[in-house]
Amino acid sequence: MVDATAQIPGGATAKGQARRSKERINSRAVVMTLYLLFLMLPIYWLLNMSLKTNTEILNTFTLFPRDLTFANYATILNDPAWYMGYVNSLIYVVMNTVISLVVALPAAYAFSRYQFMGDKHLFFWLLTNRMAPPAVFALPFFQLYSSVGLFDTHIAVALAHCLFNVPLAVWILEGFMRGVPKEIDETAYIDGYSFGRFFVKIFMPLIASGIGVAAFFCFMFSWVELLLSRTLTTVDAKPIAAIMTRTQGASGIDWGVLAAAGVLTIVPGALVIYFVRNYIAKGFALGRV
Amino acid sequence: MAKITLDNLAHSYLPNPASEDDYALKELNHDWDDGAAYALLGSSGCGKSTLLNIISGLLQPSQGRILFDGRDVTHAPTAARNIAQVFQFPVVYDTMTVRDNLAFPLRNRGRDEAYIAERVQEIARMIGMEEMLNKKARGLTADAKQKISLGRGMVRKDVNALLFDEPLTVIDPHMKWELRTQLKKLHHDFGHTMIYVTHDQTEALTFADKVVVMYDGRVVQIGTPEELFERPEHTFVGYFIGSPGMNVIPARIDGNKAYVNGSYVELSQSYRPLSGKVEIGVRPEYARLSQTDGLPVKVRRVEDVGRHKIIRAEFFGNDINIIADEGEQISADMNRVSFDAGHVNVYANDWRVQGEAA
Amino acid sequence: MEKTVNQKAWFLVLPVLLLVAFSAVIPLMTVVNYSVQDTFGNNQFFWAGLDWFREMLSSDRMWNALGRQLAFSGIILAIEVPLGIFVALNMPKSGFWASLCLVLMSLPLLIPWNVVGTIWQIFGRVDIGLLGYTLHAMGISYNYTQDTLAAWITIVTMDVWHWTSLVALLAYAGLKSIPDAYYQAAKIDQASRWKVFRFIELPKMMGVLMIAILLRFMDSFMIYTEPFVVTGGGPGNATTLLSIDLVKMALGQFDLGPAAAFSIMYFLVILLISWVFYTVMTNLDRKGA
Repeated sequence: MVDATAQIPGGATAKGQARRSKERINSRAVVMTLYLLFLMLPIYWLLNMSLKTNTEILNTFTLFPRDLTFANYATILNDPAWYMGYVNSLIYVVMNTVISLVVALPAAYAFSRYQFMGDKHLFFWLLTNRMAPPAVFALPFFQLYSSVGLFDTHIAVALAHCLFNVPLAVWILEGFMRGVPKEIDETAYIDGYSFGRFFVKIFMPLIASGIGVAAFFCFMFSWVELLLSRTLTTVDAKPIAAIMTRTQGASGIDWGVLAAAGVLTIVPGALVIYFVRNYIAKGFALGRV
Repeated sequence: MAKITLDNLAHSYLPNPASEDDYALKELNHDWDDGAAYALLGSSGCGKSTLLNIISGLLQPSQGRILFDGRDVTHAPTAARNIAQVFQFPVVYDTMTVRDNLAFPLRNRGRDEAYIAERVQEIARMIGMEEMLNKKARGLTADAKQKISLGRGMVRKDVNALLFDEPLTVIDPHMKWELRTQLKKLHHDFGHTMIYVTHDQTEALTFADKVVVMYDGRVVQIGTPEELFERPEHTFVGYFIGSPGMNVIPARIDGNKAYVNGSYVELSQSYRPLSGKVEIGVRPEYARLSQTDGLPVKVRRVEDVGRHKIIRAEFFGNDINIIADEGEQISADMNRVSFDAGHVNVYANDWRVQGEAA
Repeated sequence: MEKTVNQKAWFLVLPVLLLVAFSAVIPLMTVVNYSVQDTFGNNQFFWAGLDWFREMLSSDRMWNALGRQLAFSGIILAIEVPLGIFVALNMPKSGFWASLCLVLMSLPLLIPWNVVGTIWQIFGRVDIGLLGYTLHAMGISYNYTQDTLAAWITIVTMDVWHWTSLVALLAYAGLKSIPDAYYQAAKIDQASRWKVFRFIELPKMMGVLMIAILLRFMDSFMIYTEPFVVTGGGPGNATTLLSIDLVKMALGQFDLGPAAAFSIMYFLVILLISWVFYTVMTNLDRKGA
């Protein structure tokens, strides 16, 4: 009897707790749903518009395309002046990512392993370049690259983006390298590895995830930047983002094509994210947790 | 302080456990007596921590009930159970001072400041950290942090039980001894029900009144240190406790004789015919090497470990260990081993079989 | 980690030095050069000393832009940091939903900045945008091209949309690194939800949060493309932030001298604030180790 009476309040709290935890899960789901909805709505609207005709966009307000059309995409994919923009963008983004990583790797190693004259000042000075407003550099870059004959080339944009990507890559890689015990280096040297062979064969595989994260960030910041890439190009290396301004024609803006072009610029980013989805959480901590 | 009853308790980390193998903790019925000190002993992954977390309410069991003094708390949250638990790795609140860390559980329960200050002083003295009370916990060494964790576990006087999950793993050996002594003293003074999880037999045997040995998700024996030593209920207990562990030798049992390869060993009791895997178990302490008595044995190596000698030998193709006194002379012609019949246990399928008086 | 003193480490840093010297120091020198000279065209320059600096410091134009910039960065930090933490706390910890959230949340980060501008420019339009149309239909007057408040709300909302995920992802990475034992100990200690946040989650997130705040501060202080696409700096000068003003001056009006002086002071302000952040951050790092 004693047992039975004692169990009733226990049972009640049990149910109460179960209900509370369910409510908490629900409130989490609600928060995330609202936030993701907020993120997705503008993108949905862009996608929605890109599948409509201009007449429909301008004359009726519809939540879904009434007469679905892929004409806007066809316009872009059939016109080299359009699609070469994507090619140009991808070329300089990849060039930039490779250059940034190649120079940042040894530097990050030096910062993570050695103490040398002026190391701290140098590190902060590198970081200051990440803080340099592109607007400050736009005009000098224009003059610099014109004077050395690199204006309107992919390499010019790639080099210009190194301004903020190299410091970022050094910073990220240094964080990951600090996590690798120094004993590994020492063991390798004792085993007779040369610095180069050790670095490529042993060290780089150890920080592979860090390299991946750095590459992701370089790709990201180079892909999304417009001010410098637009200033440094006119025709041959013009990025897609700059070409988008072409939609302003004599008869007003071609909204459908503009939206389609916008959607297409999201695709490479979405692909990259899809491939790194399992590393995002760890990657964003930049090796610092 | 409370008596803790486990009723038909079992847990699986899988949502739909199909066979017994899916259970991390197999079905278990047990009473933890009020005010007793228990050690939960077993190798890693045997379900010790699972059991502990179920008792403290961090984990909901897949089946069965937990009762505190007869009150069902199976679904009650941790806070309602009023339990203290110390974990294997130090958990301290980095941004707080040592003092605030120790006071935290009391403040959360709304105790008045004068009482808190007094308790914190007391605990700080116990763990030897009075000097550091005003330091931030962040910069401390791992064992200082673990002492804080222990202190936080002990600061509340009115807990139903104190649970320790291998709390001394990160502590220096000499400090380990001291802290364990402190814990025993605490138990003696306040009489909390204590459950101490460990994989270290010395820790378990010196700390506890009763040791619960777990193996593969199952409680294989509960007993005093002496019982575990004299009558291991399962071959695992025999192996795990004692250094070196019990000798386990395959045998055939006939009445009060155990046949090993045609020769026999006398048993103090008589047994019915047994099926399955049949073995006899003898502690090295109850085996004796001599020139004349017993069965032939081939000595391989003698190790002098200080207090006594361990003789590694081969007995009809099985490795056995024999313990001899430090003063005893081992000569080359000692090639026979005899067992103390009263301390030879019989096992069928790893579980001990009770014999009948011969 | 103890670092060995090794001056040869300079060789490892050399590639970075050369690259950054080319892409940062030379252009910066050009800017300094312009800032102390005057020109009447035809590439003829005259020494102007600190006149441009004096002129810029005494003109309302720069101070107003700086004020708007500080307000903008302050507002977005005040929204994005708490919101990001809140979202991170509500994210699922593992499984399919966690991956989905990560992917969707990263999406805005990889959209080119002018496309971000375009998306919001369209989204907020009263005639063809979902947001503008809905607000208009509800009888709320909203026009970001003419109303200052509406313009500010639009660019702030846009930035929150664009960047809150970065803060959330960093905070999430910090949260994921907290061992379960901490939460269990807190339960045993009967800590309230607020105390768990205040004494466990927040301290463990501090490192990555500082990175998030530093990155968000720097990037918001340099923001150009997104608000420019949406409002063009208007109505009037209401949303003319520092970079927008600078580009107007340098590339629009070709006032090289004032623009250069402006650039240098702009850069110095960012450096100063970032240096404070950086010092605080490294101090925290050291204390945490």
